[in-house]
Amino acid sequence: MGRFIVRRSLSALALLFATSFLVFSFFELIPNYNPARAIAGRNANQTTVDQVAKKFDLDKPFYVQYLNTMKLIFTGQVIDYQNDLNVVDQFRQRFPVTLSLVVPAAVIWLTVSMLLGSISALRVGRLTDRAVMVGAIIGVSVPIFLLAALLLYLFAYKWSIFPNTGYTHFGDSPTQWAYHLILPWISIAVLSIGFYSRVLRSNLLDTVNQDYVRTARAKGLSSRRVFRRYVLRNSLMPIVTLFGLDFALLLGGAALVTETVFNLPGIGQFEASAIGNLDVPPILVGAIFTAFFVVVFSAITDVLYAVLDPRVRLTG
Amino acid sequence: MVYEPVSRSGADDDPDVAVVPLPSGSVLAGEYPDKDPWSEGQHAPAIGPWRLAGRRLRRNKTALIFLGLFLVLVAMCLLAPFYSNNIAQIGPNTNNVTGTINVRGHSENVVSLDGVPIGPTFTRHYFFGADTNGRDLAVRLLYGGRTSLLIGGIATIIIIVFGTLVGLLSGYLRGPVDAVLRWLMELVWSFPPVILGVVVGTALAFGGIGPIKGNSIFIPTLIIGGIYVPYLGKPIRGEVLRLREQDFVDAARVVGISPWRIMTSEILPNAMSTITVFVPIMLANCILLEAYLSFLGAGVQAPNASWGTLISDGLPYISTTPTFSLIPGAMLVLTVLSINVVGDGVRDALDPRAQVRIKT
Repeated sequence: MGRFIVRRSLSALALLFATSFLVFSFFELIPNYNPARAIAGRNANQTTVDQVAKKFDLDKPFYVQYLNTMKLIFTGQVIDYQNDLNVVDQFRQRFPVTLSLVVPAAVIWLTVSMLLGSISALRVGRLTDRAVMVGAIIGVSVPIFLLAALLLYLFAYKWSIFPNTGYTHFGDSPTQWAYHLILPWISIAVLSIGFYSRVLRSNLLDTVNQDYVRTARAKGLSSRRVFRRYVLRNSLMPIVTLFGLDFALLLGGAALVTETVFNLPGIGQFEASAIGNLDVPPILVGAIFTAFFVVVFSAITDVLYAVLDPRVRLTG
Repeated sequence: MVYEPVSRSGADDDPDVAVVPLPSGSVLAGEYPDKDPWSEGQHAPAIGPWRLAGRRLRRNKTALIFLGLFLVLVAMCLLAPFYSNNIAQIGPNTNNVTGTINVRGHSENVVSLDGVPIGPTFTRHYFFGADTNGRDLAVRLLYGGRTSLLIGGIATIIIIVFGTLVGLLSGYLRGPVDAVLRWLMELVWSFPPVILGVVVGTALAFGGIGPIKGNSIFIPTLIIGGIYVPYLGKPIRGEVLRLREQDFVDAARVVGISPWRIMTSEILPNAMSTITVFVPIMLANCILLEAYLSFLGAGVQAPNASWGTLISDGLPYISTTPTFSLIPGAMLVLTVLSINVVGDGVRDALDPRAQVRIKT
């Protein structure tokens, strides 16, 4: 276990630097892109542009700029080009919002998709199975922003059941917090519910025909026990892999669509506006942030694999 | 897909394997009148896997209905110029901010004085209403559909061609070629498609690439194609790695056939069913990704429309006129849904385990 942690941390560090370097060099390659001119504004004269370039060290060679930016990021002093905000502070302030959006949504989609996938596989070919699969295929065909728009129209404007947009901190009022977040949670969860229940169903149906399941049945175990301990347990592996990556990406800002539509001040919303303005520092911090979660959750996924399947050994 | 265009007789229409009755006057029939013809070296005509798959697909009513729906949607979008010229009599990018139209006897502003566009009129002009520039949304809906389908279709072709090529080269040649291609695929694969697409899309919409201008629809097409190439390349590579160890490939190698010929005429035909299964999946994903990128302003650029930009444009009016967003949304969902259902049908038809699966 100690070895596993050390090796994973080293490869994580390498990945973080590789990602940040790639993202940074990508912006160097954009034709006609001059960040100093973008910051200074369309009508700025050459002197202003030069001043801006000097302020952000944009006149230095590429590798100096990269090292400077990385140093500023890790000392928490990096500021964005657009609004002169401290990017690390922004992430710190906005992360709780993303967390309260993503974690409950993940709980919802995991629970519901496991229930639906199992029910569908157990009732395969019957009406229940068909109904669930029809729902699932519709779920994977609706883009998140459209579902969000539809939910907003129906529940916020037409029937006025839920508030339209905005966010209340959990500390201020837990009920208001949940009240404001129900529609965003559903918007994120539906796509994953559709996808995961389809995957789980087909895994379950593949596993049912395995020899060890037949052996377990032949031993006289109850069908409930066979399903839980043999079929479901072994079918969960691909779900665990999918979930680890999806969850990590959402925490790192991939919920930008939902956060934009519902005007939630999370990381994704910040990222979306930074991308729209080609504002490099927040994009870079976002990439590093996402890579961090991807690494952490892939390590957790591997540990979970070892728990679910005793044959799997943890190696770096 | 290799279909048998018309079945020649009713006999071999339904069952997967047809039992051919022996010709009554034949030697075999006379000699062994009571014996099962199967054991005597008489075989039903061989049916290839593609014909079998075609039959399974033809029997899948749901898939056929949704294939029909998809073709209707495509036809509607292809008829956009006809609708624009002959019915609505306005172009997709024709502004009409100050115009008035006659809706059932009384005259109305296309865009009201405080800038709110007219809602659905359900007449030949402005059937689904207008946008803030006074453009006809029904016309833009059809032209936008053309853009969405065109981007999705071309991106899918890019993915199929390059994904297959990369998978073949990487899996068959191995060594340094594989190392480089795998590294490139991992690189693209490790970023979430929407975020990667939005960053690259915004950047290229800003500067364009080479001769292609920033607002050309080929920029999102190339980006979407590029992002999804590894999603096909990786599974094809796995398939090729498995196939290259088979005896028939060894035989071809021993005979001295060139690596390229082995790849194209020995391995590729065997990987075709995997590739076919991916065609609808990729098409659906490309259309969806285009919508996400356009929604976030990094896909199709003004004045062109796509379903994604139309949904995005309608969002400010979601509380008053939800149809602005929901109608292009419905078109998008119906298209993607029908592709997904047909894709499930194709997968079930080509997957050898499909029969087993239905029985469990």
